[in-house]
Amino acid sequence: MLELKNITFQVNDEGSDKEIIRDISLTIPDDKLVVITGPNGGGKSTLARLIAGIEKPTSGQILLDGEDITNLSITDRAKKGIGFAFQQPVRFKGIQVFDLIKLATGTNLSVGEACQFLSAVGLCARDYIDREVNSSLSGGELKRIEIATVLAKASRLSVFDEPEAGIDLWSFQNLIEVFQNMREQIHDSSILIISHQERILNIADEIVVLKDGKLEKQGSREEILPSLMGTASAVPECRKNFVAKEDAQEC
Amino acid sequence: MLEMDEIQKRLLREVADLHKVPEGAYNIRANGESAGRVSTENIEIEPRESGDGLTIRIKPNTKNESVHIPVVMTKSGIKELVYNDFYVGENADVTIVAGCGIDNCGSQDSEHDGIHRFFIGKGANIRYVEKHYGSGSGSGKRILNPGTEVYMEADSSMEMEMVQIKGVDDTNRTTKAELAENAKLVIRERLMTHGDQNALSFYDVQLNGEGSSADLVSRSVARDNSYQKFDATLTGNAACSGHTECDAIIMDKGTILAVPALEANDVDAALVHEAAIGKIAGDQIIKLMTLGLTEAEAEEQIINGFLK
Repeated sequence: MLELKNITFQVNDEGSDKEIIRDISLTIPDDKLVVITGPNGGGKSTLARLIAGIEKPTSGQILLDGEDITNLSITDRAKKGIGFAFQQPVRFKGIQVFDLIKLATGTNLSVGEACQFLSAVGLCARDYIDREVNSSLSGGELKRIEIATVLAKASRLSVFDEPEAGIDLWSFQNLIEVFQNMREQIHDSSILIISHQERILNIADEIVVLKDGKLEKQGSREEILPSLMGTASAVPECRKNFVAKEDAQEC
Repeated sequence: MLEMDEIQKRLLREVADLHKVPEGAYNIRANGESAGRVSTENIEIEPRESGDGLTIRIKPNTKNESVHIPVVMTKSGIKELVYNDFYVGENADVTIVAGCGIDNCGSQDSEHDGIHRFFIGKGANIRYVEKHYGSGSGSGKRILNPGTEVYMEADSSMEMEMVQIKGVDDTNRTTKAELAENAKLVIRERLMTHGDQNALSFYDVQLNGEGSSADLVSRSVARDNSYQKFDATLTGNAACSGHTECDAIIMDKGTILAVPALEANDVDAALVHEAAIGKIAGDQIIKLMTLGLTEAEAEEQIINGFLK
């Protein structure tokens, strides 16, 4: 369980302080898939980065299973059980997909075991396991590999920052299945997805709406989703964010 | 195995991955002398009459054989200049493993300058691996100055892998190549310098024959106060294709100078160069930290991958 208590985050913008996150308190319970939505610029990705430790809050507390992790580094939070999938996955020259998955598990796993994580995100494992995580991979392929690393890490809380950004419709449909499968196997952990895609909101247990850095609404999907339909917080998949079909190899 | 001490054996493992006497033809040079030499039916290794190197002759059509000619030096203060000539027969297909390891615990400089010349016959394929390695706590420098000349006849190919990851204080590498029709040259250089090391690398590739091609890629990391210069010239004298790339990571107070040059003397010469120097991207480190690595471990993984 993750708890945010009165989290505020300010940046200095051309000499004046600007509040990106304003006094947010929020609980992500175990065994739940929570989606944070809201208009662009509302602070969603910043909140995800604060949870992963990439940014440090100006004030407030972050607790993981009751332990204060506010001042822990990214590394220490990862070790405590926080996983983070980047909105724009990072490319590495020379590092292979297998290397990255192995680092994520922190064990000396076999190629066969690593392949299972690629299959879980809908990639044909044998076509990708030896590939370098470099610019030869398309946006959709990279995104799936990014999600595979988070799956491999097996975290207490897995955070996905806009998994739909920059990928094609075909990959997106596949990703929904990936998240549905993750939801089914959530035992004793939780999933937090930053998204304004209607189909992702549709599989949420709880929805949080963030606007202008403030928590606007929070509740079960049944409670919140109807009021979001047709707004920028719940966009049908054909309208936004998608790029042309890519050619990720599936088995 | 041969009459060698433990340090020499360790160096041999580092530069040639040799844990025992290699299969096939070999010559192992230790502290200026041959510590063992074997020729095979198809590959003859002979000392030069002047005593300062080897002549290696590979018969035409020799397939799937290898030649190992590593050099190890463990005495401080040795300076040697060695010439090795390779004559590769037509349609031969062999692997050549060279490389030099220096362990210098003394106060005097140790230096090995190896000049390798390759005369590659028509249709022959060569894979050449050269690793450099230095160790030892002495104040004497470990110096390696390799000179490589490659003369490629029609339809031949050569793949060169040149690696220097650790411990060499000063290196001045010069590589020249001339390619005839449809000859293909691939060079992969990997280099890491640290401390106060200097590494200079010059390439001069002449694409003389129609359909010839060269692909030269250097990946390097400069740490601490080290200095690197990468100077590569591709000259297209016929309808040919050439690509050169210098991709470098700079750290600490390292310095890297990349000087890629192209000269096209034929309207159908297609030549490309790329050069990029930069520090490790912050996002790369953050990504690995989110997987539980410390910042230092993340840097190490990124560099290891980059130089793999």
